[in-house]
Amino acid sequence: MEDVERGEDVERVADTDRLVIAGEELGSRLIMGTGGAPSMQVLREALTASGTELTTVAMRRVDPSARGSVLDVLTGCGIRVLPNTAGCFTAGEAVLTAKLAREALGTNWVKLEVIADEHTLLPDPIELVEAAEQLVDDGFVVLPYTNDDPVLARRLEQIGCAAVMPLGSPIGSGLGIRNPHNIELIVERAGVPVILDAGLGTASDAALAMELGCDAVLLATAVTRAQSPARMAAAMRHAVEAGRLARLAGRIPKRHYAQASSPFEGLATSG
Amino acid sequence: MRVIVNGEPRELPDGASVAEAVAGVTASAGVAVAVNDEVVRRSAWDATTLNEADRLEVLTAVQGG
Repeated sequence: MEDVERGEDVERVADTDRLVIAGEELGSRLIMGTGGAPSMQVLREALTASGTELTTVAMRRVDPSARGSVLDVLTGCGIRVLPNTAGCFTAGEAVLTAKLAREALGTNWVKLEVIADEHTLLPDPIELVEAAEQLVDDGFVVLPYTNDDPVLARRLEQIGCAAVMPLGSPIGSGLGIRNPHNIELIVERAGVPVILDAGLGTASDAALAMELGCDAVLLATAVTRAQSPARMAAAMRHAVEAGRLARLAGRIPKRHYAQASSPFEGLATSG
Repeated sequence: MRVIVNGEPRELPDGASVAEAVAGVTASAGVAVAVNDEVVRRSAWDATTLNEADRLEVLTAVQGG
């Protein structure tokens, strides 16, 4: 870390400090989703501005009337595709969807999502663990979307998941990180990358995730439903980089009272 | 013979293959098929024949997550 203190090397740290998932290096710690973008053109501009190298897609029945392909956008941008199991309520549905994604897209990586209900979209931990076990046994690189529960995160890692992805708050809510303490607990004990997934609303939320020690963030709605998706994507890119650098820099401890930054000695006197 | 493709009934000739059923809904790459909840590899589409009332799911990547 001494290199960081020499000004000319600070930017180089950002270049060499790579996210590694399942032995594969990624040049960006911002993982994007594609849901919610009003058009493929807006999506392309936002993904380009974000600098992401890994982006999620969902798997659905083919629609002969669909115009434009999200896969074409990702391929055109040189972005690796990460299929998810969004919308699955049971382990069985999620496992089948993951297998279909592997066949359709030629990747054994999967963002595993097993939700409990449509109202909260919160993960169902029982079904999630069951699906994770089956997929790990079948050779998948499993990235599970999970509750901000340190115990569950630990169990998912023990099963063999390649990362854990705790939520900041419910999907699409924009409420940010509601339990930063739990995220810190997950980070402290994790031996695999921790990716803050879901609930981020704006750039400061992403910076906070990184300052708490997360290895990456995954977000979609905050960008795709922003008034200017490309601008927000660029903001998120900078926020993730800033938060990561701040984490590596080591923040000062919080204090109850002030601590003068100017010396008291040598003050002028009057009267 | 009647099979169910993505939730819709479809008439196919007896002994039709998975490849023929898929051709009826899409010509795109990046597609995967399950028959009765089991994935059928693309390399096996031609050789896999369908039976009356089989359920096919034909999926592709869309925006999401």
